Amino acid sequence: MSALPEEPRLVGVPGLDPQRLKRPSGTAGPHAASPDGAKPIVQPAKAEARPPLEIPTPSRFADPLFTSLILLAAISLFAIVGLIVMSLVTRSRESLQQFGWRFFVQSVWDPVAGQFGALPFIYGTLVSSLLALALAVPLGVGVALFNTEVCPRRLRSLLSFTVELLAAIPSVIYGLWGIFVLAPVLRKFVEPWLKANLGWTGIFTGPPFGIGMLAAGLILAIMVIPIVASITREVVMAVPSQQREAALALGATRWEMLRISVLRNARVGIMGGVILGLGRAIGETMAVTMVIGNTPQISKSLLAPGDTLASVIANQFSEATGSIYLGALVEIGLALFIITLIVNTLARMLVWSVTRGMPSRAHA
Amino acid sequence: MHNTRSGRGLMRWRRFKNLFATCVMSLMALLVLAPLFAVLGDLVRRGAGALHWSFLVNLPTPPGEAGGGMANGIAGSFMMLLVASAIGVPLGIGCGVFLSEYGNNRYGTIIRFTADVLNGVPSIVIGMTVYGLVVITQRHFSLLAGGIALGIMMVPTVSRSTEEMLRMVPQSIREAAWGLGVPRWRTTVSVVLRTATSGIITGIMLAFARVAGETAPLLFTAFGNQFWNFKLNQPTAALPLQIYTYAISAFEDWNQQAWAGALILIVLIIGTIGVVRLVAARGTLRGAA
Repeated sequence: MSALPEEPRLVGVPGLDPQRLKRPSGTAGPHAASPDGAKPIVQPAKAEARPPLEIPTPSRFADPLFTSLILLAAISLFAIVGLIVMSLVTRSRESLQQFGWRFFVQSVWDPVAGQFGALPFIYGTLVSSLLALALAVPLGVGVALFNTEVCPRRLRSLLSFTVELLAAIPSVIYGLWGIFVLAPVLRKFVEPWLKANLGWTGIFTGPPFGIGMLAAGLILAIMVIPIVASITREVVMAVPSQQREAALALGATRWEMLRISVLRNARVGIMGGVILGLGRAIGETMAVTMVIGNTPQISKSLLAPGDTLASVIANQFSEATGSIYLGALVEIGLALFIITLIVNTLARMLVWSVTRGMPSRAHA
Repeated sequence: MHNTRSGRGLMRWRRFKNLFATCVMSLMALLVLAPLFAVLGDLVRRGAGALHWSFLVNLPTPPGEAGGGMANGIAGSFMMLLVASAIGVPLGIGCGVFLSEYGNNRYGTIIRFTADVLNGVPSIVIGMTVYGLVVITQRHFSLLAGGIALGIMMVPTVSRSTEEMLRMVPQSIREAAWGLGVPRWRTTVSVVLRTATSGIITGIMLAFARVAGETAPLLFTAFGNQFWNFKLNQPTAALPLQIYTYAISAFEDWNQQAWAGALILIVLIIGTIGVVRLVAARGTLRGAA
């Protein structure tokens, strides 16, 4: 317990050699002169387990008490996620038992007739999210590259703050804007134009409502851009500057340098950002509910209204009557939970593989 | 294919590509900023017209009746945020402390992953769960349920920012305290947390701003209300909920009020973020904002 006073050399060293301090008492002496001592003082990000310093503690109870309080907080986090899973599983049991896997491949959703198939919602979620990604990825990557490479140094933090503001605007406000500004513009100008010029592709047919899959995709794209941009910025900045300098020294132009040394090194991380954006798009509720039209149908046309996993819950959950109807909605919630879990885990792994060892800056 | 060209022509082609790429990147930056300014501009233009003093102090009125406001929603939102921080802040700070001070091991990795999972859970699913756990047990939509739902959403955000801030506290400061014989808990509370206070508060405020605009988790928990409510176990209005209800309604004047409510909400949120940013930029610890 009283190891420190027996180690007189420690007191003499200016700043106290931390490597020696971290050893459990009793082992410090013989290894005191090991080359470990030359390591930099602060390396907090290292994941290695360090045996804590044994302290001559005057408070035998306070320390364990504090530790258990902290542990309790950590465990409660675990408990929250556990409760969410448990609640979703138990409350959707009836639907799970009655429909089984057919639930996810049947395309008829008719609560009045007692028919529940989630396919239209899965389709709607997929199409709106992929449409959003198709628009958000080039824009997000582009703005991130502009920010790190082209933008004058002085404007950089202003620009990244502005892009972050896009993420700070609440979903319901995007929805409001979507209903009253975006949808009329789409209905009057964009959709007729798309129909006239690209109608032959088959994905721009039917009456232009304004409200529909296209509007949902556009709104989602705006909401996904900041995620893609902030992760891209993070991984691009994680590329070692020697890589850039090597390319520049060989006479590459800025774009060639970006292509050869930056994008090639950062592409896995950018992919992670894209998937993280996908996770956000899949789970996004309010804005989509407000502009997608809420019609459980599978239509090839992007101009047609649709429905997503999240929006059907938002619309019908508080009005659902009967345990099987509620169970079906909770099962959709469970599916949503599992999908976002998989997507987010994948994304985290990809981003980590690039920025490992760097402090994370993206609060996505 | 340009290898056959003369050196000067090739160089010109490469310079052109470089210029082109620069232009494309700049264009993308403009395209990203355009919707932001469009949304903010429309909010100010349409919201300011419907914004009167009465809007801030009156209760909602039926459609067609003038003088309605969202006072109860604004108050409800603040009360819910209070409940949410009562849950989210201690839990989040606790998790952050665990991850930073005790979490350099397998358990830390598991908890960190769990926090990431919780962060990724769609807010509507959290609302649904709280409905099942709290609203059904209480047999009431309630202020408490709404606060709990928002509180759960705050935990991972606060935890992550706290961990980040604590990791920025130099190890030597901890060791100095230990060297003086200060117990571990005391070191954490009075030295480490104290050093990182401004950063932790920044993180809390950002989490605050994030959940303040959340609507989806309140749909089945707080539910909304046309009247004042200060009781924990009664349905309560919230600003984002009211914006949603008014925006999808068929009444012109309600739509107008939705814009006014949205303007108030965005001013509160961006105001919070802006203040936090300014303060954080001046403080000693940077990086959270």
